[in-house]
Amino acid sequence: MISIGLESSANKLGVGIMVHPDDGKPPQVLANVRHTYVTPPGEGFLPKDTARHHRAWVVKLVKKALREAQVSPKDVDCICFTKGPGMGAPLQSAAIAARMLSLLWGKELVGVNHCVGHIEMGRLITGAQNPVVLYVSGGNTQVIAYSSQRYRIFGETLDIAVGNCLDRFARTLRISNDPAPGYNIEQLAKKGRKLVDLPYTVKGMDISMSGILAAIDGLAVQYGLDGDWNDDEDVANNASTSDDLENAKPTRADLCFSLQETVYSMLVEITERAMAHVGSKDVLIVGGVGCNERLQEMMGIMARDRGGTIHATDERFCIDNGIMIAQAGLLAYKSGSTTALKDSTCTQRFRTDDVFVKWRD
Amino acid sequence: MQLITQGAEAHLYKTTYLSPSTPAALKIRPTKPYRHPILDRRLTRARVLQEARCLVRLVREGVNVPAVLAVDWDINNTNNNHSGAGGDVGEGVRGNGAWILMEWIEGCVVRVVIQRWERYIKSRSAAVKLQDNEIEEEEKKVKGLLRRVGAAVGALHKAGVVHGDLTTSNLILRGAEEPAAEGDGEGVSPDMQGEVVLIDFGLASQSIQDEDRAVDLYVLERAFGSTHPRTEPLFGEVLEGYRASYRGSGSVLKRLEDVRMRGRKRSMIG
Repeated sequence: MISIGLESSANKLGVGIMVHPDDGKPPQVLANVRHTYVTPPGEGFLPKDTARHHRAWVVKLVKKALREAQVSPKDVDCICFTKGPGMGAPLQSAAIAARMLSLLWGKELVGVNHCVGHIEMGRLITGAQNPVVLYVSGGNTQVIAYSSQRYRIFGETLDIAVGNCLDRFARTLRISNDPAPGYNIEQLAKKGRKLVDLPYTVKGMDISMSGILAAIDGLAVQYGLDGDWNDDEDVANNASTSDDLENAKPTRADLCFSLQETVYSMLVEITERAMAHVGSKDVLIVGGVGCNERLQEMMGIMARDRGGTIHATDERFCIDNGIMIAQAGLLAYKSGSTTALKDSTCTQRFRTDDVFVKWRD
Repeated sequence: MQLITQGAEAHLYKTTYLSPSTPAALKIRPTKPYRHPILDRRLTRARVLQEARCLVRLVREGVNVPAVLAVDWDINNTNNNHSGAGGDVGEGVRGNGAWILMEWIEGCVVRVVIQRWERYIKSRSAAVKLQDNEIEEEEKKVKGLLRRVGAAVGALHKAGVVHGDLTTSNLILRGAEEPAAEGDGEGVSPDMQGEVVLIDFGLASQSIQDEDRAVDLYVLERAFGSTHPRTEPLFGEVLEGYRASYRGSGSVLKRLEDVRMRGRKRSMIG
């Protein structure tokens, strides 16, 4: 069976095509194309502009995906789209495209929960059977484990998502949004040496990040690092001894480094707490922030100390994409779930644990 | 020494204190290699001291928690010379962790008791059609346990401490028998008598704010729902037990309603 998936919950528009061979062989990715709406440094993406970008690109991407996969519309069994959660206007643009394709090709629609899409794609790529899942992206931060037909949320952020925290700090420092603000923070953090004191807010298996963002934004202002870059500015700290470094003024690299070290420690800690609580040894990281190598490294050390393993993927599967929607949608379709045209709406609020997972036992 | 469990932050060992016949719980917080050394030392030190302070206070107030016997917040650092810490750090700054020695509580964690009960009900109802009065009897037992859980949390809050990580893994039912092996004692409904003892104060803090208390209850409610989905409908009993446990519980439960609304991506319909 072949499914096509359309993803558009944030600034990425993705189209993917998956096949589940009828002879029981493992599922395969036939096409995975994506186009990202990139804004200038210091600016975020607004829903209406993002939706305009998606509307302009969706037909091109669908054609490109079909061409890459060497599949014609009559081979497709179902059309999957992101029902939510995400930004309203961008979600609608792909939902409309999916409805159009459904009517045009006469194929069934399947609405997919974005978070479940990430989890199913991560499980497929890494082969992790029943891991604790850390789902970290620009709009979501959740620690999830599967139990009795649902992906249950054990811990989550109480305010903003970790990716949102990083993106907004990138805006404060006027770091480029190309290819992604989080990626550029990661590169800058590699040059950081000085750890500044930031709040550390873990509440059981939940975390809070808005206070950390306010604190580090305040430090950036205090040291004159908000706004445009000076040509003579040192990116990395050049203090030579540890005493010098302690007294040195932090640089942009130091702030990125401190922010990453603090929030990733919190994420690893709540993931470990959930693993201890449910008695699982394996961890799977999904979502856009999941391709950060420092986070993967920290999580790997933690998992190793518990005698477990970490499963992570690269940007093709971590960052929002169409194949994860195609994969989760096809699993639902095979277990008999479809979405009628009149129900093919989308919603900004759609919790991971709202989905009845019929395809697992 | 026998390793009992590896929690998120600490390893728990069973050992003895003063005499070989007095069991004690040794909780070692090893250094976390994934964390930056400065951050690691700061957190380890703050948490172990906070844990000890809270426990001492709670024992004095007569709350059911293990007593503290000894504590060391910085293993192997006898000269305590930390003035050079900071800056570009090597392994020298990384601490060696910390430990706390506590009274041993004999019993079984509430999570296991409830899970055993859930399995018992499932296998029993598969074997025979359960009579209404039997279901009622069984539920009454669990409800009684949940009320005592609520009362224990209430006593904690009354003493001016919030736990910070309330889950059914952090509650011990004193005297309950640990199943010796997987599947042991499956055929009988588990015993639910005994006191509820609160453990693991690694994230505890001293507070009498309604907000902190309500978040404490919210954390428990969420952990309960995700760990025991089948027993979740009975969670209200915990809150009833809490309500009856001290004056001032009413305003905390009111605040809990606000805290619940704050969760992300909740459906706003209805």
